Amino acid sequence: MNPILSICGVSKIYGPQCSECLDSRAVLKGAACRRCGSVIACSDVCFDLYDGEVLGIVGESGSGKSTLLKLLYFEEAVTSGSMHLRLDMAQLGEIPGFDVALDGEENLFLMNPFQKRMLRNRLMGMVYQSPHLGLKMNISTGGNIGERLIMAGCRSVAKMRKRASSLLERTEVPSSRMDEPPRNFSGGMQQRVQIARALSVNPRLLFLDEPTTGLDLSVQARVLDLIKSLQQELGLTTIVVSHDLGIIKHLTTRTMVMKDGRVVEAGLTDQVLEDPQHEFTQLLVNSTL
Amino acid sequence: MMSGYHFAFLDENAKREIRRKILKAIAIPGFQVPFGSRELPIARGWGTGGLQITLSIIGPDDVLKVIDQGSDDSVNAVNIKKFITRVTGVATTSDTAAATLLQTRHRIPEERLRSGQVLVLQVPLPEPLRVVEHSEAETRRMHAEADYTAMWLYLYESIIKYREVTIGWGYPVMVNGRYMMSPSPIPRWDVPRLDRSECLLLFGAGREKRIYAIPPWTKVEPIEFDDFPFQVENFSGRCCAECGSQDTFLDETMDDATGARRWLCSDTAHCRKISRRLPGGVAR
Repeated sequence: MNPILSICGVSKIYGPQCSECLDSRAVLKGAACRRCGSVIACSDVCFDLYDGEVLGIVGESGSGKSTLLKLLYFEEAVTSGSMHLRLDMAQLGEIPGFDVALDGEENLFLMNPFQKRMLRNRLMGMVYQSPHLGLKMNISTGGNIGERLIMAGCRSVAKMRKRASSLLERTEVPSSRMDEPPRNFSGGMQQRVQIARALSVNPRLLFLDEPTTGLDLSVQARVLDLIKSLQQELGLTTIVVSHDLGIIKHLTTRTMVMKDGRVVEAGLTDQVLEDPQHEFTQLLVNSTL
Repeated sequence: MMSGYHFAFLDENAKREIRRKILKAIAIPGFQVPFGSRELPIARGWGTGGLQITLSIIGPDDVLKVIDQGSDDSVNAVNIKKFITRVTGVATTSDTAAATLLQTRHRIPEERLRSGQVLVLQVPLPEPLRVVEHSEAETRRMHAEADYTAMWLYLYESIIKYREVTIGWGYPVMVNGRYMMSPSPIPRWDVPRLDRSECLLLFGAGREKRIYAIPPWTKVEPIEFDDFPFQVENFSGRCCAECGSQDTFLDETMDDATGARRWLCSDTAHCRKISRRLPGGVAR
């Protein structure tokens, strides 16, 4: 069985870069290069993801988890590395700029901005920690969800509204409030709208960047349940970034631990959490309240 | 004609630059080509873009017509016409059919323009995406990647709020299926005339320093949702009080003495032409 997504040698360096910080084994001062002071946000990250799998990424603040997700979502350009997707025509659907199946040969980071945008819109969904990043706060909720349909070529107001209302029902937001802007909503509702927006075009990949941080515990539990049931129902291949080990344990099957831009440990979630090998992971597991 | 100046006021290098930019604009329909907008004896924002295009392409044999919101006799039109004739000596006309070169502000003449004529439109704001995006760098990226979702969303929001699209003038159009373009502040009524137009359409924005063009026979479509089609202004049941036309863009006027409302053709030259054909008709 081939992985649906392969990430290889992905690095992101902010700053001047020198020969030392391009070496993924170099000793760092925190996440910065000792010689030129460049910030190494991600260094030589590799992983494979299989269809329908859920991968967790844990690590402390500033360890490069969110940056990695942004790189995969084409929101920022990588310094080096490759990303390969394997999808046949049926899974790909009709995307402008793509007339053949993705066979895992092409490095997606090298595509032009138009192709990246099309691929991102049709195949990926992102839920940010802050709803302000993922939603346009002064545009109606229906518009926020429908935006991705428009990008996918939908030119019918009725179809957009139908899709938005069914997604809002599914994510337990009253669809009668579809024409209100999300700034009128509570944090939990805004997060649900983000999920509805991410799912509007039936994506293959779902990226969750701290999806429940900042919500109170009961709302957190309900949003997590929603994510889990949607993931299982739609068979979404998912990456969850979180610093909360409880969420990782609840949602994921495999986990990667990051520190200072590097992956220090990876394996089955149960294994990593029950029997941590790296000292940082041990610290992380032991510091749970 | 005035002596001491180049023919058509602008120096030859300036005209050459503007002509080259016009050629580029024609080669990429709907794309905004930056150009070095020159100083003119009228203020920027008062038609200097259109004027520079006109001055660059006008020849001694051209017959010129200038209109301002359909009228040949309004201040802006008269002054631009006077200026151009002083620096070129060309003949002017108010007859749309007789003109070879037409400069206009915010209207397209009612009479169908034919092949060989050139219509120059004055543009205050060339960027159709400005209403949804403030940053110029970002709107350029959006044009480059044909990322027009934000404008469609603007339309969607307008529809759910008001049950119709509330853009009255400068309705965004797609040119040749590629670039989104502002047709300058013409009413929606004139937008269908851009589509597969027989005459060349040139757009100049002097203050914003942009030139763009629609070559003859180019496909121009207003953006619209399938279930909310583009609509022109509705004048059903009304006709021009002077010439009786029911198929023209009408202006509403009030009689100062009686307070009575009247509807008149916005295109005054066309109205006069029709009036003359009426039995015993006199032109306004």
